Amino acid sequence: MSGNAIVIDNITKTFGGTRRLFGGRTHAVHAVRGVSIKVAEGETLAVVGESGSGKSTLARMLVGLERPTSGHMAIDGRDAAELAGTGPRAFGRMIQYVFQDPVASLNPRKTVEQILDVPLRLLAGHGGPDRKRRMHQLLDAVQMPKDTLERYPHEFSGGQAQRIAIARALAASARILVLDEPVSALDVSVQAQVLILLEDLKAEFALSYLFISHDLAVVESISDRVAVMYQGQVVETGPSERLFASPQHEYTKTLLMSAPRLDHARAG
Amino acid sequence: MSVAIAPEIRSTRLTSWQLLMTNRLAAAGLFVLVAILLLAALAPWLPLPNPNITDQPNRLHPPFSPGHLLGTDHLGRDILSRLLWGTRVSILVGLSATAIAAFFGSLIGLVAGYTGGRVDDVMMRLIDMLMAFPYILLALAIVAVLGPGLLNALYAIALVNIPFFARNIRGVTLSIRHREFVDAARLSGKGHTAVLFTEVLPNVLPVIVITMSTTVGWMILETAGLSFLGLGAQPPQADLGSMLGQGRAQLFTAPHVSMIPGLMIFALVMSINLLGDGVRDVLDPRLRSGALNRPMPVTSIEREREQPAERPGAALLEVDGLETGFRSGRSLTLAVKGVSFRLDRGECLGLIGESGSGKSVTALSLLGLVASPPGVIRNGAVYLGGRDVLAQSEQQIIAQRGARVAYVFQDPLTTLHPLYRVADQIAEAITAHNALGASEAHARAVALMETVGIRNARERASAYPHELSGGQRQRIGIAMALANDPDVIVADEPTTALDVTVQARILDLLRTLRRERGLALLLITHDFGVVAQVCDRVAVMKDGEIVEQGDTRAVLDAPRHDYTRRLIACVPELGQGRRFLDNVRPLFAPQRQETEA
Repeated sequence: MSGNAIVIDNITKTFGGTRRLFGGRTHAVHAVRGVSIKVAEGETLAVVGESGSGKSTLARMLVGLERPTSGHMAIDGRDAAELAGTGPRAFGRMIQYVFQDPVASLNPRKTVEQILDVPLRLLAGHGGPDRKRRMHQLLDAVQMPKDTLERYPHEFSGGQAQRIAIARALAASARILVLDEPVSALDVSVQAQVLILLEDLKAEFALSYLFISHDLAVVESISDRVAVMYQGQVVETGPSERLFASPQHEYTKTLLMSAPRLDHARAG
Repeated sequence: MSVAIAPEIRSTRLTSWQLLMTNRLAAAGLFVLVAILLLAALAPWLPLPNPNITDQPNRLHPPFSPGHLLGTDHLGRDILSRLLWGTRVSILVGLSATAIAAFFGSLIGLVAGYTGGRVDDVMMRLIDMLMAFPYILLALAIVAVLGPGLLNALYAIALVNIPFFARNIRGVTLSIRHREFVDAARLSGKGHTAVLFTEVLPNVLPVIVITMSTTVGWMILETAGLSFLGLGAQPPQADLGSMLGQGRAQLFTAPHVSMIPGLMIFALVMSINLLGDGVRDVLDPRLRSGALNRPMPVTSIEREREQPAERPGAALLEVDGLETGFRSGRSLTLAVKGVSFRLDRGECLGLIGESGSGKSVTALSLLGLVASPPGVIRNGAVYLGGRDVLAQSEQQIIAQRGARVAYVFQDPLTTLHPLYRVADQIAEAITAHNALGASEAHARAVALMETVGIRNARERASAYPHELSGGQRQRIGIAMALANDPDVIVADEPTTALDVTVQARILDLLRTLRRERGLALLLITHDFGVVAQVCDRVAVMKDGEIVEQGDTRAVLDAPRHDYTRRLIACVPELGQGRRFLDNVRPLFAPQRQETEA
């Protein structure tokens, strides 16, 4: 299995459908229906799809926030079910998650120092003075000033908050990052800066990305391969150049057609 | 409890203290409470007779008797002394009962709300059982089992009040439990217990404090009630409730014996409740942000605004030198700084900018929809068909909303009323300006739904907003805007919350409507792709100013302003692929060195 950061094999997730106290079953929602994906080491795989296509559920299963109903996942060659058995921290050391809304993903009542301290202490196992040094390194890596540490999340703009959230994900020294719409809540110029940052960090720390987005142009700019999800299934995968140039599946074509383009006005 | 809060507010935030003081009732409550607390706290050192020494010959002296300021009771004990000592006991019992109830109630609420599922079910059903008994009956039963006594009364009252805390805190915990930072903390390696007490609890704490400050008064009253019935404090110990109970026998011969403790209970409970309400208003962020201030019907407009001389109304809508700001205290922060633009009949102008650039405030200022306070329109004029809107009366401005200028907002789920059927909401928009019968309005509403492309409009008319998809909801929003045949539609990020395939269809709809009805469209967006598809002209906003405006094609092809150039360069386009990042990288290079330095 070496060489693959993530291997997902025929995974499904069904919400609800459990037995009620007095007979009958609750309504079942099939969020993910038999998805198989591989992310090679050092690769960026983008998962695109519209809201409700199951891409966030897939991501949450990968980091251990949800348990798959069936199927297997392996992270860095280790079986995810086994990892989950060894405790909540095992996942965190291998794979980390960056949320869509950076401000909501930071506890409003904690300073940035307190936020960064947790993964450094619990996951990376750094000692006291070492942690402070690591924090400064991380802030350097995401290009934030040093006085960031004493401040509270609400004092930052969306882009800065997302940098802090990325720093937190890096703090665990995990080599795989699941990025769930990391730039869709940001303004375009900030979005471009965060994309550049992600690209630089990937090279610097030898990371692998699973990049979830609904914005095809963003996906094209950063991904090596793309998987298109539709109603809980992967309908098409391929290298991004190939997929964008000659989409095979009907849904991929619709998606590409719908994307707003600047040249509409120019072409008249 | 309440006393403990006040100094904390003073130290952390001067503004909170000032807020509390501007609430006169709360301030009065605070002063009365502080006075009572001081007297009660100083009781051991004040020159008072022993409260428990009986003196039969001197029984039932009226107030202001020599040596007994408030008189004596039926056993000749000094009432003033008993009152102060009794107040001590009542306050202590009230506070301890609150602390106990808050601790256990909050714990149950936190665990139930965080764990959810079966645990939540079992815990909350037990709480429901506690709540099903009338509380005084339950307290009586508990005291009956444990035996009378002040401590047992305290336990009973604490237990009876646990459900109140548990339910409140569970609700808050439930809403926080699904916030992303909780998941993030889990991923950072924290276990469930650590997440609950170090991540969730700090966010719930203000609610616990607020709940406590509003319940202390009740607790004191309930303690007094139990003591009055003879189940709390036992003779000879003085406590407000038992003083009241013992004075009852002399109610007609010596009313002051029971009146005085009664008045003290009244003063104590009232002051605590007034202060508690004040503290709640200060601590509750929703109330603080002005949810209690009712906004005025129209944004306040500065009397001495500078307005350009009236001009012939060539354009349908003309905005001239508009300045809108937000007042906080004495300072005014301008969000829109002298914006001017025009919109002709049937034209589409795109107002583009990043968040905080003032584009939404500009749009809301047109018909005075910026919430006031704190919004203020300081300068400028808005000519609609040649007449200055801002110079008109409130009624006139309100009459034009929806009739001449209609708005479509970003998220129809938050702008549509969740409890009304969609057709009724459209009909309401129609009847707001036209005197129409219900059935006629309904028929027009269905017709409008067809216009905006909702299939099976007749059936969908009775749907509730949550039963429709995001795209359909936005179509309803557009139908409401069309209800009174406006001249101008202001669409504020109408497609931002939608999927791309749905966005394409909504933009199509807007284009068609514009062509067929000759509508002028002011489209506010952050997306150059949307502007390129829909707008004839575009105005680029930055920090409350329009930095560039012109023909969409001209601006996109040859942007003159640096900011526009940068904004356009930052929009990734399909087909650019990885070149995009290489292209934009130089734009941010100097900045990155700054932050690193």
